[in-house]
Amino acid sequence: MKPFLREKVPSGIDDIPNVTAYEAGYLVTKNSGWRNFRPVIDTQKCVGCLSCYLHCPDGVIFRKDGKVAIDYDFCKGCGICEKICRPGAIVMEAEK
Amino acid sequence: MAVNAKTLNETEFFYGHKACAGCGGSLAVRIALKVLGENSFAVLPAGCMSAVGFNFPQLCFGNNAIISTFAGTASMLTGVEAGLRAQGITDFHAVGFAGDGGTADIGLQALSGAIDRNDDILYICYDNEAYMNTGIQKSSLTPFGARTTTTPAGKNIHGNLRPKKNMFEIVAAHGIPYAATASVGYLNDFMRKVEKAKSIKGTKYIHILAPCPTGWGIKTNETVEAAKEVVDCGLWYLAEYENGEFTLNHRPKEFSSVESYLKKQSRFRHLTDNDIEIITASRDKKWEYINKNFR
Repeated sequence: MKPFLREKVPSGIDDIPNVTAYEAGYLVTKNSGWRNFRPVIDTQKCVGCLSCYLHCPDGVIFRKDGKVAIDYDFCKGCGICEKICRPGAIVMEAEK
Repeated sequence: MAVNAKTLNETEFFYGHKACAGCGGSLAVRIALKVLGENSFAVLPAGCMSAVGFNFPQLCFGNNAIISTFAGTASMLTGVEAGLRAQGITDFHAVGFAGDGGTADIGLQALSGAIDRNDDILYICYDNEAYMNTGIQKSSLTPFGARTTTTPAGKNIHGNLRPKKNMFEIVAAHGIPYAATASVGYLNDFMRKVEKAKSIKGTKYIHILAPCPTGWGIKTNETVEAAKEVVDCGLWYLAEYENGEFTLNHRPKEFSSVESYLKKQSRFRHLTDNDIEIITASRDKKWEYINKNFR
């Protein structure tokens, strides 16, 4: 199962489990605020080699229609994808 | 069929974690879990991957995962494996992800014990060459000359005085069913090794070199490149140990420059020509040994 964002954020003492176990893949915050640059994919240039998808430390690049797309909620903007992209289909654009 | 980017499980099991941008360790964990699949039970000791993966209520593993004591990765894996077996569950992988400190220093005894019992577990050491989680202290897998907060570089002493511990061959010396080295710069090789380890009964150990931009002083986008370059310049190697024999998986035609690899990283920037000569000589000695003893 892929971890995903939940609506309920445990906050009060009643929400905190009294055992050292909790639901797997429970996300309550995004990582998008970490980013100064965002990778942007030019789907015209993308050849679907999946090298960026394979090498992304955060797994935010996913397969879509034979090519790739990015989950910007969790991309930290490290730039590995831009560097590894042979056809140069990914450019890093400054976040405004 | 060989695992590659096209055949790899598309589900992400390690997602939304708080590792630094460009983290090599999280890439290793992510890829290993994609190869192992949903039925993997992960054990993580104190270290980067437990610190970034379990920030309650932000829990970033989609499969079963648990934090162990620092020293007890392998012993907890033993327990997890025995517990699942006792419940009659057969289709699972008990996998541990420990850092270099948690493996070569603190967790070595437990790992040695697990190999001795030949428990059916997979132990993956993601080696970022220091205690990065606590702020870059030297571990026994920190290479010679590296500057860390406990081995500072000054006028007289140029960083770490001791060479990197040979963890791969220490593990192999137990007569383990399967051991391998890998690098996040060569992910196809790593995926093949995890896939192979999946099908082997008994203890498996994979040592993957995973650069840390924060601790190594490289840019966040240079992680994969650095992990490639360390193999290409001969300071790390891709090998396997199986049935009592060592096999080399990748032989660089010609070594790239050691100096160029080192000087890109701020932890090595202080090294003198003499230091680099020492490192190059130790590399050549290591490769002489590899050429003699590895197939």
